[in-house]
Amino acid sequence: MIKHLLKSVREYKKAAILSPIFVTGEVIFECIIPLLTAKLINNLSNGCGMDTIIKYGLALIVLAICSLLLGVLSGHYSAIASSGFAKNLRRDLFEKVQQFSFANIDKISTASLVSRLTTDVTNVQVAFMMIIRIAVRSPLMLIFAVTASILVGKKLSWIFVGIIPFLMFGLFLMMKKVMPLFKSVFKKYDNLNSSIQENVKAMRVVKSFVREDFETEKFSAASNDIRKDFTRAESILAFSTPLMQLCVYASMILISYFAARLIIASGGTYLNIGSLTSMITYSMQVLMSLMMLSMIFVMITMSTASAKRIVEVLDEESTIHNPENPIMTVADGSIDFDHVNFKYSEHAEKIALEGIDLHIQSGMTVGIIGGTGSGKTTLIQLISRLYDATDGTVKVGGIDVRSYDLKVLRNAVAVVLQKNELFSGTIRENLKWGDADATDEELVRICKLAQADEFIQSFPDKYDTHIEQGGTNVSGGQKQRLCIARALLKKPKILILDDSTSAVDTKTDALIRSSFKTEIPGTTKIIIAQRISSVEDADLILVMDGGTINGMGTHEELLANNEIYQEVYYSQNKAGGDDNE
Amino acid sequence: MSNKNKKPAAKISMKSIGRLLKFLFKDYPAALCMIGVCIVVTAVIGIMPSVYIKTITSYIVEGLSSGWSSIAGDIAATIFLMIALYIVALISSTLQSQITARVTQGFLHKMRTRMFSGMQKLPIRYFDAHTDGDIMSHYTNDIDTLRQLISQSLPNLFSAGIVITGILLIMLYYSIPLMLVVFVGIFFMVLVTKKIGGNSAKYFIRQQQSLGVVEGYIEEMIHGQKVVKVFCHEEKTQEAFDALNETLCNDATTANKYGNIFMPIIGNIGNFLYVMVAFIGGLLVTSGGTVPNLSFENLFTSGTMFGALSLPVIASYLGMVKQFTGNISQISQQINSVAMALAGAERIFTLIDQKPEEDNGDVTLVNSREENGKLLECNERTGMWAWKYPASNGYTEPEFVRVRGDVRFFDVDFGYEEGKTVLHDVSLYAEPGQKIAFVGATGAGKTTITNLINRFYDIADGKIRYDGININRIKKSDLRRSLGIVLQDVNLFTGTVMENIRYGKLDATDEECIAAAKLANAHSFITRLPDGYNTMLDGSGANLSQGQRQLLSIARAAVADPPVMILDEATSSIDTRTELLVQRGMDALMKDRTVFVIAHRLSTVRNSDAIMVLDHGHIIERGTHDDLIKQKGTYYQLYTGAFELE
Repeated sequence: MIKHLLKSVREYKKAAILSPIFVTGEVIFECIIPLLTAKLINNLSNGCGMDTIIKYGLALIVLAICSLLLGVLSGHYSAIASSGFAKNLRRDLFEKVQQFSFANIDKISTASLVSRLTTDVTNVQVAFMMIIRIAVRSPLMLIFAVTASILVGKKLSWIFVGIIPFLMFGLFLMMKKVMPLFKSVFKKYDNLNSSIQENVKAMRVVKSFVREDFETEKFSAASNDIRKDFTRAESILAFSTPLMQLCVYASMILISYFAARLIIASGGTYLNIGSLTSMITYSMQVLMSLMMLSMIFVMITMSTASAKRIVEVLDEESTIHNPENPIMTVADGSIDFDHVNFKYSEHAEKIALEGIDLHIQSGMTVGIIGGTGSGKTTLIQLISRLYDATDGTVKVGGIDVRSYDLKVLRNAVAVVLQKNELFSGTIRENLKWGDADATDEELVRICKLAQADEFIQSFPDKYDTHIEQGGTNVSGGQKQRLCIARALLKKPKILILDDSTSAVDTKTDALIRSSFKTEIPGTTKIIIAQRISSVEDADLILVMDGGTINGMGTHEELLANNEIYQEVYYSQNKAGGDDNE
Repeated sequence: MSNKNKKPAAKISMKSIGRLLKFLFKDYPAALCMIGVCIVVTAVIGIMPSVYIKTITSYIVEGLSSGWSSIAGDIAATIFLMIALYIVALISSTLQSQITARVTQGFLHKMRTRMFSGMQKLPIRYFDAHTDGDIMSHYTNDIDTLRQLISQSLPNLFSAGIVITGILLIMLYYSIPLMLVVFVGIFFMVLVTKKIGGNSAKYFIRQQQSLGVVEGYIEEMIHGQKVVKVFCHEEKTQEAFDALNETLCNDATTANKYGNIFMPIIGNIGNFLYVMVAFIGGLLVTSGGTVPNLSFENLFTSGTMFGALSLPVIASYLGMVKQFTGNISQISQQINSVAMALAGAERIFTLIDQKPEEDNGDVTLVNSREENGKLLECNERTGMWAWKYPASNGYTEPEFVRVRGDVRFFDVDFGYEEGKTVLHDVSLYAEPGQKIAFVGATGAGKTTITNLINRFYDIADGKIRYDGININRIKKSDLRRSLGIVLQDVNLFTGTVMENIRYGKLDATDEECIAAAKLANAHSFITRLPDGYNTMLDGSGANLSQGQRQLLSIARAAVADPPVMILDEATSSIDTRTELLVQRGMDALMKDRTVFVIAHRLSTVRNSDAIMVLDHGHIIERGTHDDLIKQKGTYYQLYTGAFELE
């Protein structure tokens, strides 16, 4: 797992290696300084001359400068390395997501993908910086301090032998208790966040039903639940401070007492006052390093959960690949389904499409009618390889869609999705998704086709009108027309509208269809609709039901012999067909 | 996109931290005092080791000449005193850390709930103007900054402050010349803190902002990922992302650089200071008293401030310098989190300070029953609602008016933004039990009208009367309770199907909910779900089709059983076959109720009592279906439009 993550370090490898090297140097100097000062104090107490003091003083200053330089350098490089690593990681993840098929996205869910790219990467970044800096520093400090204190007062080192395992055991116990608690806390946090999001999205419903207090209560209960768990976790962790203090205090008292005895017993020869001071300094350093180590341990454990979630995305194989030697041109807009079956996932019980045989000639207009869940959307998603058929083959221009270069195929097949999105930016920027090089005249021409020009011109900023994220500042019908214009700009061989005019009024809907007929006659048009009026003039109409094609034919044919079609037709024309919508 | 990325730099003002502390103190006065006392106790005892070491070393110096036995008693006494003090310190620090953990989490919970309940009261306009991501970050990032502040930064700063003051006092007591040396060190530390700390805080906040921008972009693109794929826009998307990501990386690098070099610099100033103290102290000692040591200690022991500097004083001084530096770097480490908490608190207060929806209504909705021709308020649900005027203006008793569902608009003007009127001179009346339909092109103002009835927005001019009452006089919550609404975009909540239906009426029994589901024709598909009415739905309702979701939302409105209903494209995603089935339920739902219907499908509205044809915010035609057909106006054209255009 770690190996996989480390691949993202790339150009920051140098910084990532330099940082721990400099840290090591810094620690060495930092540890020599108290050693020297101990000597200085001893010399002082032996009544040394001024020259000795100056000599030591200068040496100490040089050491401090070195330590300063190394410390700054390590800080510098670790910042570069960790920020860079995070950048690459985010980039790799984002790139991976761009390669994902619809099936991949369905599997991981968008909300989860977002949090993996943001929170999880930040967690790993923090952990990475710790690893190349403090996680190097603390163990080194520990080793140096222990060695130095043993050197200074061999006979007192048993104190550490007693206290260190005690502290470590205590910390270990805490970690063991806290980690599962934290895991559950984070899960609850996720839930809380999604419930806030839900609330914000449904604000109109909340207000309409006057459920503000109900929602607040619900939220407060969830938040309180987190409080309880978090308090439990934190109060366990909170014992680490007193535990640490206990160890510091105990070692200080033990050292001072036994050192005093030793010094006096040996008449100052074995141990002296200077070494007593440094012993105490070292003991503090030892315990501090242990404490730091335990903190790092917590941080790293917490971030492993994040690392796992990141690697999961990096390891996720896109279910749809480009073929080895892709075909780079799409001959025409003909579509063939040969004995196609489809299931959304291997394990799905429900067969979404069954036994589909369908042949559409280039340039035809095909309407698809059917109830919710009858498989209309599923059917058209196979054409541009948003999903791959489970059995059978889907052909575009006479060639299996799996043989095409994905980009070529998708550029030839424009789909206006049922749940369509506009992106924050101007209308022009949004339209140019269809064709980046489109001229202004071209934009206006296409927007007229999609019946969008009129309302765009009514905006004060016209084509430069800013669209909010999700297209919230245009109405549903306007959004749909913009999405249609965007798809038309691709000049596709096949144009698929998946219930894309549901929020457009009948008149405009009819205008759009008639302009399709006159302006893009060569393009194969597939129109999924609820309204019979939207499809009745199509060359071929499919009636979908329960994942199968229930009937196929022209309006008149279906009206004559397809029960479902008749039912739908009469439901929309109550008086028996004498009038229409 | 580009202009959106440049968010104004976060304002940092001390005011918000003051308010935050005020809140904190109001919520936990006793606990905070307790924490304060504990910190003081722990900190003061924490300073003791320097005194303690000095004492012990003095004894040792003495013992070196006079032998162990002469000082054993003194040493034992000192050690026992220290043990006693340490036990006190341990108790107080345990108390402090335990209380802090509870206070922190409790306070975060309270702040979260405060924000949330405040947010529920905000007008719809607020949600129009803020993206979900923006609002969410108050609950995630901003609250997180407070956790760090309360659980670590504040106690650390307080305790470090006490320790530093204490150490300085002790230093002053032992030796004034050495103290001056320390002051030089402090001067440099303050200088560095100001320079680097200031930059560090600035860049950390900037990093946070860039992170927000990147998060926003990721969110938008991943939600629109399917569109990105359909348009083969992956490369373009990646390019834009890379640019934002690069900016974030630069900001993060700068911020962390400052953050990382802070400690070594402060630490090494401490090292210099250490050397200087040893050096100057050494000078004083070797001079053997020719250069006198000014100190209060001398004053107390020998009556004069002059005296020789002793070795134990230097030893403890060096220890104190270490401790002192340690505390300063502890403060310096908190600077980033304090700065971020300041920015976070500022943003939290902006949300809390948002002006809630104004509600000056005093007319309320009550259950009532009729007795001797007079309406009386009662507690149980009678199905007969009444408006209750409060007793005032000479009336000693509240007055009751029966809720009938009579809604009238008189010359109403409205615009979402000032100066941009979207509804002009709209007058209409809906008599009790009537079905009023709004027809018109997208953007003609149909939804806007319904938004005015439930007062999501307030009108600019004209008046709206509900059963003869100015709707501004009706308490908003009661007004909305009297209106059922089914929207085109269905929002369901995480929970079971049953809970979602019950959302319409919280005390509805299972039977009532099922009856409502049957009415909406949702019963048959619900029973086919894996767990029937107990099937868990997630908020996005991904496990249901759009049509099924609409059926649920109709059931939800049905169980609420309000006198007036608003159906805004309620059946648009239901295929017409299913709609036919729903229609029966809908007809039952609409019976004896005033209903406002918005629909594209004219078949849905043709049996309405009145149809309003809207165009650019004006009502251009009104009448029944037959009237309008006879008029041969816009409605007629719309109705027959499909034929004409063929």
